[in-house]
Amino acid sequence: MEMLKVKHINTYYGQVHALKNVSLHLNQGEIVTLIGANGAGKTTILNSLSAVTPIRSGEILFEGNPIHALSPEKIVDLGISQVPEGRQVFKPLTVEDNLELGAYLRYRRREGRARIRASLDEIYRLFPRLLERRRQLAGTLSGGEQQMLAIGRALMARPKLLLLDEPSMGLAPLVVQEIFSVIATLTRELGTTVLLVEQNAKAALKLADRGYVLETGKVIIEESAGDLLENREVQRAYLGKEKKEIWER
Amino acid sequence: MDIWDQTHECMPREELEQLQLERLQATLNRAYKNVTCYRRKFDEMGIIPEDIRSLDDLRRLPFTAKEDLRLNYPYGMFAVPLREVVRIHSSSGTTGKPTVVGYTRNDIKTWSQLVARLLTAAGVTHDDVVQITFGYGLFTGAFGLHYGAELIGASVIPMGGGNTEKQLMIMQDYRTTALVGTPSYALTLADRMEKQGIDPKSLTLRFGLFGGEPWSEEMRREIEQRLGIIATDNYGLSEVMGPGVAGECRGRCGMHIFEDHFLPEIIDPETCEVLPPGSVGELVLTTLTKEALPVIRYRTRDITRLIYDRCDCGRTMVRMEKTRGRSDDMLIIKGVNVFPTQIEEVLFQIEGCEPHYQLVIDRIDNVDTLEVLVEVNETIFFDEMKKQRAFVSMVEKRLASTLNVGARVKLVEPASIPRHEGKAQRVIDRRKR
Repeated sequence: MEMLKVKHINTYYGQVHALKNVSLHLNQGEIVTLIGANGAGKTTILNSLSAVTPIRSGEILFEGNPIHALSPEKIVDLGISQVPEGRQVFKPLTVEDNLELGAYLRYRRREGRARIRASLDEIYRLFPRLLERRRQLAGTLSGGEQQMLAIGRALMARPKLLLLDEPSMGLAPLVVQEIFSVIATLTRELGTTVLLVEQNAKAALKLADRGYVLETGKVIIEESAGDLLENREVQRAYLGKEKKEIWER
Repeated sequence: MDIWDQTHECMPREELEQLQLERLQATLNRAYKNVTCYRRKFDEMGIIPEDIRSLDDLRRLPFTAKEDLRLNYPYGMFAVPLREVVRIHSSSGTTGKPTVVGYTRNDIKTWSQLVARLLTAAGVTHDDVVQITFGYGLFTGAFGLHYGAELIGASVIPMGGGNTEKQLMIMQDYRTTALVGTPSYALTLADRMEKQGIDPKSLTLRFGLFGGEPWSEEMRREIEQRLGIIATDNYGLSEVMGPGVAGECRGRCGMHIFEDHFLPEIIDPETCEVLPPGSVGELVLTTLTKEALPVIRYRTRDITRLIYDRCDCGRTMVRMEKTRGRSDDMLIIKGVNVFPTQIEEVLFQIEGCEPHYQLVIDRIDNVDTLEVLVEVNETIFFDEMKKQRAFVSMVEKRLASTLNVGARVKLVEPASIPRHEGKAQRVIDRRKR
């Protein structure tokens, strides 16, 4: 079932045309990855979906309803949470305070302490490390732990769709593995749908069901992740298999 | 009845259209960036890929014709460097130069998947023994079916074309259950069986999957009766993919076009206007996933009609009727594309031939025949039989090497072929459609 449908959106930063006619979709329970070089528009897609950078034209349908004219808060309320690039946890606050802030809208909805507590326990189950450090200030966590906290904080809103921006950035390979296995777990166990932006294309494609390749604001390939791993152009440009070399016509 | 790829073949139309739109935009971006011919065409019309915001906008794009592939011979239409191409096929062109098509590793994977769909739709499973009687070589027919059959796990016998005796022996001894080839060859086999007294009931044959040339419902009934099989039609053309563009399900009521990979349109071949759903016209195809050779609005020249009614088999993909003929003068003889202009060119180069000729095509004992009537001038119309025969055999040889299909040549006296005002009637096709 299609959860998110994006139809030919165009997003600008001032005069700069950052997304050119981008269309994509996510099915319920899928992990879809966006790969592409720096400046290709990957993060802009996430920011367009969460209305941080509103689109100028096109359509975004979430569960069949248009959301492109809504405010970022309303979008979180509908079930889309974004984990921003560079984690951006609240460093002077404790781990648990950070997590509870993720449930801000649920507090405001008066969902009740018990249900929010249950979510918190769920996050601690997914990330036992956060439980160990629940009283610690977020600023004292390692990079990997901060990333887990950022994901945990987003999950506290109980999103149906999680937008993940470069979760592996600046992390050691072993930590990246850990983060990725948690992403796999949360789609499997919580049924969360994930749109994943990654520089680490290989790891992302191994995790994902499908992928879109972006180039200068345009989608140039839509394929299953397995096919993308085997696509020579992708291998050359994003998987570091060969040096870029263009055949002379 | 099994469906090979339930997720895609039975996709709700709305989801299919979203996928088509995404893939169309990606294809346009790649074609515009990597293929000079498309960039030039788009620029001439003042269009950029971003202008295409819906599937309906497709009609604003320029067409692609076989001529474009010929002008960019051999690799000019490829959207990837040659080093990423793992397979090259070609098909005959209008002026002697063939058109060249390429496949990346992923293209071959997609191709196999699509043929697996049509084989499954026709009833073939991993328990079947599939005998392929298409020629292996530069034509796409045999390889496409071969990969699809292997993918579903059937046992494939790569017989190749011709050698009817041996085909029959193998069919009996190896217990072939599915026959793949041209419909006319199926009848050739039936004739031979009759001659040799082989009872079709003694065979294990269950299915026939036929393509490569237009054939009528009458012919289907004849094949089904005489061979005791279920005969299904499938459709494809090298420039778009080869076999695997569309295939019939067991309902045998039109071929499902695999729309998640090909976007079909029907146009009026004269005005090039897109016709409303259900109209008869020329089929135009846009590839949605091809990497090596994407084609945008490729004019197939095949006349057909699209049926959007829901099919009982559960597939949501649109069906195309059996092709009714061609919108140009291309002839399909024994599965090989032949253009009258090719013959004309050969004749022009031969001293003594007048520029007047006529092609007579017939189907005798289910084999296509091509006869070329050539006017020769007085000096060549020898009295000596021996010289005349040598001349005829020389012309025949030259024709055969250009056309890839044999032709019989008959010399006629000057001015004996009827002249018409304007366009000459060059082709007499006596085959039943």
